[in-house]
Amino acid sequence: MPGVILVTGAARYLGGILAESLVAAPGVERVIGVDVVGPEQPLAGVEFVRADIRSPVIGRVMDEAGVDSVVHMGVISTPNQAGGRSTMKDINVIGTMQLLAACQRTPSVASVVLKSTAGIYGSGPKNPALYREDTEPAHAPGSGWPKDCAEVEGYVRGFARRRPDATITTLRFANIIGPRIRTGLTGYFSLPVIPTVLGFDARLQFIHEDDAVDLTRRAVLAGIPGTFNAAGAGVITLAQAVRRTGHPWIAVPSMMFASVGRSISRASDISRAHDADFSAEQVRYLTYGRVLDTHKVEREFGWRPALTTAEAFDAFVHRGDRPEGVTAVA
Amino acid sequence: MPDATVIPMNPEDPKRLSPSKAARRVGNTGPQPRRLRAAPPPPQEELPPPPPPPPLDEPGQAADAVAQLGAWVEEAVAFIQRRLRGDYAVDEFGFDPELNDQVLMGLVRPLYRSWFRVETSGLEHVPAEGGALVVANHSGTLAFDAVMTQVALLDDHPAHRHLRMLGANLVFATPFIGQVARASGHTLACQPDAQRLLDRGEIVGVWPEGFKGIGKPFSERYKLQRFGRGGFVETAVRARVPIIPTAIVGAEEIYPMIAESKVLARILGLPYFPITPTFPWLGPIGMIPLPSKWYIHFGEPISTQDLPANAADDPMIVFNLTDQVREQIQQMIYRLLMQRPSVFG
Repeated sequence: MPGVILVTGAARYLGGILAESLVAAPGVERVIGVDVVGPEQPLAGVEFVRADIRSPVIGRVMDEAGVDSVVHMGVISTPNQAGGRSTMKDINVIGTMQLLAACQRTPSVASVVLKSTAGIYGSGPKNPALYREDTEPAHAPGSGWPKDCAEVEGYVRGFARRRPDATITTLRFANIIGPRIRTGLTGYFSLPVIPTVLGFDARLQFIHEDDAVDLTRRAVLAGIPGTFNAAGAGVITLAQAVRRTGHPWIAVPSMMFASVGRSISRASDISRAHDADFSAEQVRYLTYGRVLDTHKVEREFGWRPALTTAEAFDAFVHRGDRPEGVTAVA
Repeated sequence: MPDATVIPMNPEDPKRLSPSKAARRVGNTGPQPRRLRAAPPPPQEELPPPPPPPPLDEPGQAADAVAQLGAWVEEAVAFIQRRLRGDYAVDEFGFDPELNDQVLMGLVRPLYRSWFRVETSGLEHVPAEGGALVVANHSGTLAFDAVMTQVALLDDHPAHRHLRMLGANLVFATPFIGQVARASGHTLACQPDAQRLLDRGEIVGVWPEGFKGIGKPFSERYKLQRFGRGGFVETAVRARVPIIPTAIVGAEEIYPMIAESKVLARILGLPYFPITPTFPWLGPIGMIPLPSKWYIHFGEPISTQDLPANAADDPMIVFNLTDQVREQIQQMIYRLLMQRPSVFG
């Protein structure tokens, strides 16, 4: 049972919600949030430390507070958030190395929870229809956030070898979606005209933001070791998802898909649509899709997401804060 | 006695005042006179008395037809609306039963019924429920044989079973073809997917000759090629489902591949580039398959129930089973070939 919890990436949406939800959990004495930027809104009950996980400051914070549980949610998913891809990679990879080095030196640290992504499986025609935690990816991601996450997972495995006494939980989430979270994918589904890949219909899976936080919280409090896939039940195809948004769509040959998508994103006056991600990995994902086998998390956590994939997506579609411009175009 | 039921049909149908041409022709043959004698005098004379039925019946029938058409249109509109709202279910493999059964199968059914006039036999060997592995020979340059087997099991099997096929990764990398294959319930030929489908009690179809079988020259028709690595047998043994050897005859003749172009195949990234008497010379017209007469026979199932517990990990058992399946399919092909009257039947 953890007493002092350190949450990285606490200034951002999911990290902040998680940190707040841990404050009230039984047995938790202190929750320390860390991020390079200040939080957008005050985090009730959370001690916020503005620090860069790439600096040795983090080790001192952990040592002084006697942290026994670390939740690493600080792997940044879009270059926009970090100010460029190279900074992003730096924060993700070097930051994780520093963080784990500090964890190794701090004897009180007994458990580490990593929020990872199913993106580390990649997407492609040679992959099986469903990914299990032990599936060897045939199309390992070559760039971007999924690649960073794959490397981060590697470092966490290295840490697990050096600190066999620590409990390590890695959570590989399907795309997290919901009314509030903003990701490259919610940006894509907010485009006034949504481009799809001609001749392909990717199978997609989502998990609702509240379910993602709930599972991470359980992982911290219960300390169940292992690597787990997490996704809402069921599958929807890209065509279904696009039609559910009610936006017009246009099928574009895969060669032109990214450039058409970027043009629409730039031309639109919806702020959310500017997040739309058309990186090489994301284009592969929107072409071939990805589906997870979630039996392991159901078995070992005795938990399944409250919302299915389709329900989570509909929660995003009916988010209420209709961005300006959508109705005019659609 | 049955004759009596024949007569009253006539008065209801005003167009049938006199026997049809076909009926008159039949009337000339032996048994017909007896039927006429047994029946009361010529029915035509009885017709005038009840005049109301035709006028009443006509609008009734018309209204019926209109109502039927209306219902059909309504259904079609509801279908399209559902599709446009994205309000339909697909399974984790991307199988879209609604689209498959109502649209995709409808497109290939005429090929099955009228073009290749497929005669299917041995359907009793395919279980009505639970998993099974259908293993068949592959031929014909394009995988029409696989699609026809799918139609056979959906249309002609009493339990209307969906065949979930395992395809090469090229299928899923190709635009449109990959999309249709997924919507139709097929997935990549790999152990985890096959196992998952069999464990769910699906009928899984494999064509273990792969491109070696489908892209072989016409001169080697009906000669079974090497059977991959036998992975399909291992999966069936592990899932403890029966293996159903299946022979398809007729598919070899749809595109007689008299030569192939290695250069074009390499340029286009294809496993082979066929040259037939009509393709590529006649362009798209050359892609119309020849209307050979087809026979699909589902053979005696090979049970995997009684094998020892760790049989799937014993390569010798797996090799022997693979050979047995191959042998049985080859024998079935020879038998069907001997029985068929001619290629175009």
